[in-house]
Amino acid sequence: MTAVTPAPPSTVVRPAPAGAVPPNRPAGRSRLRTLAGFAFGAALLFAVAPLVLSDFRLALLAKYLCVAMVAVGIGIAWGRGGMLTLGQGVFFGLGGYAMAMHLKLADAGPGGMPDFMQLYGQLDELPLWWRPFASPWFALPATVLLPMAVAFGLGSLVFRRRVRGAYFAILSQALAAAMVILLIGQQGTTGGTNGLTDITGFFGYDLDDPVNQRMVYFIIAGTLLALLALTRQLIHSRYGELLVAVRDGEERVRFLGYDPASVKLVAYVVAAGMAGLAGALFVPAVGIISPALIGIVPSIEFVIGVAVGGRATLLGPVLGAVAVAWARTALSERFPGTWTYLQGLLFVVVVAFLPGGLASLWALARRRDVAAQPLRRGWLSLGRRRAERTEVPAA
Amino acid sequence: MSERTERREGRERMPSQHGMSERTERREGRERMPSQHGMSGERLDGLSVRDLRVSFDGFTAVDGVSLEVPAGDIRFLIGPNGAGKTTVVDAVTGLVRATGSVRFGEEELLGRPVHRISRLGIGRTFQTSTVFEELSVLQNLDIAAGARRSWATLARRRRGVPDEVAAALETIGLAERAADLAGTLAHGQKQWLEIGMLLVQDARLLLLDEPVAGMSHEERDATGALLETVSRDRTVVVIEHDMDFLRRFARSVTVLHAGRVLSEGTVAQVQADPRVQEVYLGHPVDAGSARTGLEA
Repeated sequence: MTAVTPAPPSTVVRPAPAGAVPPNRPAGRSRLRTLAGFAFGAALLFAVAPLVLSDFRLALLAKYLCVAMVAVGIGIAWGRGGMLTLGQGVFFGLGGYAMAMHLKLADAGPGGMPDFMQLYGQLDELPLWWRPFASPWFALPATVLLPMAVAFGLGSLVFRRRVRGAYFAILSQALAAAMVILLIGQQGTTGGTNGLTDITGFFGYDLDDPVNQRMVYFIIAGTLLALLALTRQLIHSRYGELLVAVRDGEERVRFLGYDPASVKLVAYVVAAGMAGLAGALFVPAVGIISPALIGIVPSIEFVIGVAVGGRATLLGPVLGAVAVAWARTALSERFPGTWTYLQGLLFVVVVAFLPGGLASLWALARRRDVAAQPLRRGWLSLGRRRAERTEVPAA
Repeated sequence: MSERTERREGRERMPSQHGMSERTERREGRERMPSQHGMSGERLDGLSVRDLRVSFDGFTAVDGVSLEVPAGDIRFLIGPNGAGKTTVVDAVTGLVRATGSVRFGEEELLGRPVHRISRLGIGRTFQTSTVFEELSVLQNLDIAAGARRSWATLARRRRGVPDEVAAALETIGLAERAADLAGTLAHGQKQWLEIGMLLVQDARLLLLDEPVAGMSHEERDATGALLETVSRDRTVVVIEHDMDFLRRFARSVTVLHAGRVLSEGTVAQVQADPRVQEVYLGHPVDAGSARTGLEA
């Protein structure tokens, strides 16, 4: 197997250099840099932000960081896996509602019922499917596992049938719409359009107390850092490389003996879990979860942040999500009504001129992470061109 | 077959190519799907196609093709555009539905999904190069080598270069380009990378669709030499229009025409066949230059 060197005669073929370093492999130095990066991020989030920002601004930042968690998941599913998911609001909502249901029941006290049920539902007792959420041992895992289970079921059906590209995007968005309709239609047990509001307690802590709000912020910041560490491991693992291969040539991967459906499914389920966790932490930070926060529009806004920041990078989605959310607040305060247009403009500019997001400028300069290079293919792209060529034999 | 026997077999197969870490890894993969590994030993298998039929919306692209490719052969499939060459390969690899029978060794391939057929040791390339351009050469090969990796292995980072990948890098002459993005390779190098991916994939049947199209003379020679090397312990089927390349490297030839087998035999036998000459407008030599466009 080693006898022949089919390189053209002009090329001298030498044995592979002993330390042929694969491009994605961080040497000790880069690991140090990563640690430094995490330490810097932690210092910013845990020391600088609480010192500099008012309680009001810190609460806003907590909210942005929840959005950033969703964005990290979208970065995996879309940036690395090519699945443009326009329905992350569903998973965000599942996590949020699971948490809010528990907190409402805890607020109501043992045997009590959430206030809105008597108001709208005229119910005499708690609906059966609410009951397990009274226990934190059920509700807390459910905030993550429930979205993951739904993503697993949906993904199994969709990816095996090779639904992808725009079709997948539309399908995921339709799911967000369906979820909202379902929630609004069941006002008696879900709170309808209002959602679950007036959440005042968080495992015995009063959420009106600024100190406790600060604690919630710290929990959120810590969770975000943990998710980033997890994501970093994931995208540098062999699975992460495989995921990029599936994104760029799903059919080719199939011919190598992999089932691309399961590769994509893992990324999709992980992204859903992150969105669920984000939703769960959003509830104590903001005190409400409602259909308006999880429908089509918020689902698309999650994606806009990711696109602006750079979908295929580790930090791009986080920074993009926080920046867009912050810009939204800042601009709406000063010029109410213009934000929608600005957001649309921003999106168009990024899609048209910088498909790899702002992070691609950085990646261009550094050329460190090959898979994060500015994506040459278009925005919905997903590497379909080559896949299609092999798909339909026209004989 | 017990697990231990299988491990031993695996080691015997590529004795020099197992580093410690990779051995552990292979064993993990082995434990995951023992039955698959039991089959991919050093045994050479042949391809047997019986009465293969493929039709698309009423159009019959392959109309009762039967082929016997003995183990270790380098079989060239030739024929005019639309003869059904690529469709035969598509049917063998599970890309299109077909009736009839396709056996590789003992295994019936028809009716299995693409990735299962691939795991039985059947690898193919495409007319257009389909390497992962945004991954490095090394990453391309590492992915190709890993279809049997467990999830636990996948979740970890790649450390160093697996032995079979290093060997393939040497074989295809791309050791120096290992760290480069596959998208930066020259056309011929991409084709070699594809073949290298089949090698690390441990394919025992290689189906190559126009591997030398667009290559220079030197590159063709190198590719031919590569085919001869890999056919020592593999069976190779090549779709090719280049008659010069065919004469030099084919061990046997099957001519397809309008979805049927027109002629079969050695290069000389096929060239002497009047029916073949008729189909190729007189001279098989002209076939290369008479080719127009891409046949799908």
